[in-house]
Amino acid sequence: METVFAGAELLMRWDVLVALFIGSIGGVIIGAIPGVGAAVAIAILLPATFSLDPIVGLTMLLGIYGSSMYGGALPAILINTPGTAVNALTTYDGYPMTQKGQAQRALALAYSASFWGGVFGILCLILLSPLLALIAPHFGSREIFLAALLGVVLVVLAHRGQVFAAGMLAAFGLLLNTVGLDVKYNQRMTFEQTWLTGGFDLIVVVLGLFALSQAFLLLTEEDTAPKPLPVQGSIFGAMKEIWLYKRIATAAGSFGVLMGMIPGVGEFTAQFLSYTYARKSSKKPELFGKGSPEGLVSSEAANNAVPAAAMIPLLALGIPGEALTAMMLSVFYVHNVIPGPQLFQTQLDFVYALYIAMLLLNVIVIVFLIFSTNLLTKVIQIPTRFLGMVILILGFVGVYSLRNSVVDCAIASGFGVLGLILKRLNLPVVPIVLGMVLGGIMEVKLRSAMIRVKTPLDFVERPIAAILAVMIVLVILAHFRTLRKEHKLRLAEADIDHDLHDTQQR
Amino acid sequence: MKSVKTLQDLFKRYRRPGDLYFGVTFLVFSIVLLFSLPGQNTWASNTKLFAQPAFWPYAAVISMVFFGVLHVISALCSPALDGRWREMLFWLKSVEYAGWFMAYVLTVPQLGYLPSTILFAVLLTYRLGYRSAKILLSAAVFGCVVVLIFKTFLQVKVPGGAVYELLPTAMRSFMLTYF
Repeated sequence: METVFAGAELLMRWDVLVALFIGSIGGVIIGAIPGVGAAVAIAILLPATFSLDPIVGLTMLLGIYGSSMYGGALPAILINTPGTAVNALTTYDGYPMTQKGQAQRALALAYSASFWGGVFGILCLILLSPLLALIAPHFGSREIFLAALLGVVLVVLAHRGQVFAAGMLAAFGLLLNTVGLDVKYNQRMTFEQTWLTGGFDLIVVVLGLFALSQAFLLLTEEDTAPKPLPVQGSIFGAMKEIWLYKRIATAAGSFGVLMGMIPGVGEFTAQFLSYTYARKSSKKPELFGKGSPEGLVSSEAANNAVPAAAMIPLLALGIPGEALTAMMLSVFYVHNVIPGPQLFQTQLDFVYALYIAMLLLNVIVIVFLIFSTNLLTKVIQIPTRFLGMVILILGFVGVYSLRNSVVDCAIASGFGVLGLILKRLNLPVVPIVLGMVLGGIMEVKLRSAMIRVKTPLDFVERPIAAILAVMIVLVILAHFRTLRKEHKLRLAEADIDHDLHDTQQR
Repeated sequence: MKSVKTLQDLFKRYRRPGDLYFGVTFLVFSIVLLFSLPGQNTWASNTKLFAQPAFWPYAAVISMVFFGVLHVISALCSPALDGRWREMLFWLKSVEYAGWFMAYVLTVPQLGYLPSTILFAVLLTYRLGYRSAKILLSAAVFGCVVVLIFKTFLQVKVPGGAVYELLPTAMRSFMLTYF
């Protein structure tokens, strides 16, 4: 308990509170604008946070990460366009509710379910942290290597229907990490080009793939300006209804926590599991997809429980599970705070401070949304091509302020065009980033792990290493089993609505 | 929703036009890298395989080729989708904006951050087809606000413009520090 108070004390600074406030409110607004997700905002702000204290910078980024999904529900419900990729499932039940004249009810349910999921996730983590502090020190080099490898395997297999593409992009990410000089100054894949000697900077790649690609996409596509109708009635009054769906919200939150903890899985799988559970256990399963409040609650509670859980592998093992935590990892590194088992032993108050910050951000966001939903409906009317110009100018600050390098900007532009192509093809960008980050971790940890390994079996002699190795094998086997099952139920490709799945475009 | 038979379908990401071209280009790129691997990496003597500097580049490129081949095969086995060329044209069109971005990058050290950002915002907004004075003014104001937030207040590292050298001494240092 003392550590929790010490963590709270870390937050009692005006700059941390301002960062939390800006991050939370900014995250909601960014999430609400279709076309700009948390990834774009975090990528742009990343270099600016390097000059701030780790707790200040991370609080701001966490604020954006945790609150963007709240905002993303607004256009998903009102105009059938998810504000962020993880709100896609919200459109299935949220928009039909709006069509039935229940926009206020749908928004109130989405906000309260998000709050429920978010707070549930954080409370689970606060309770789990002492346990993590006990387990984390048992992770040596080989365990961290295997956990990172599991992350790569999962990120590839989680992209159902496009596993080959995800695999080749993750491998491309691994390759990007190797370019340049290695620890012993050996040239790798530099083709005698001086600009390749330093390798590819993660931030430059991330800014290109997330921010510039989104700008190019919005600039090249046709202009649109959504026109949602204002919401009538009190949101706060309607939020009490969540109590009727507390079972679904708690189950969805649990799926969010479980899936968030596993590197490479994240929101989509959590939503899938909770949506399936909600439908199977519902008294009115036929309403799912046609305006079911239970479907809406399961989708929103699951995705909001993930950010807190995603911090577990990042903080306890130094392994990011998805793109946003991968970006946050670089903030830690810049400040010489190395996440991993040591962090839980020596700086548990810092970890608690981050959790309390996440708790506070949920409160700030819900209060903000109760009073400003109609204001947000005006913000989301910004024309999309103008928005592209805005992202391009902000993207410049991100890339150029790193090293004032024109080469960095050219590389980021190149990745911007690559990102645009991937988004247009609805192929995932995340495997590239995770391949880059996890590749670096795997290389270092494998090298140090192999010093004490004489035979291949030595590698998995410790219980945690053995469990992780078995998990990797099981995950791969389970994938083939699912493939067989799906093959029996498959639809002809011509029957599929290709525009339904645009989750990679935000 | 009626076309969705299983819940898994909701989470699948299907092919889009242009998938084959992208797959083939990626595969060719991977194969070129595969052949360049021996010349671009060193194998250190008395070093275990997993600690070799060449281990990870080899692992990465071989995986790229492996998955690339499978991706191209799956694209070839699937029915062709209309609009491939239109899609590639779209990709090419986006290069124009990469050019705009690079022009902005090259202008900043010459004209300075504030003037080039305002100029870039207004010109690009005009290029995008917006003609109303209100939106052009909004672009200029936005450019100004970005500079004020990032350079003036947050002091991010963006160098002053060469043209600032032409300003009187007092004005010059002020502009170099804040804009």
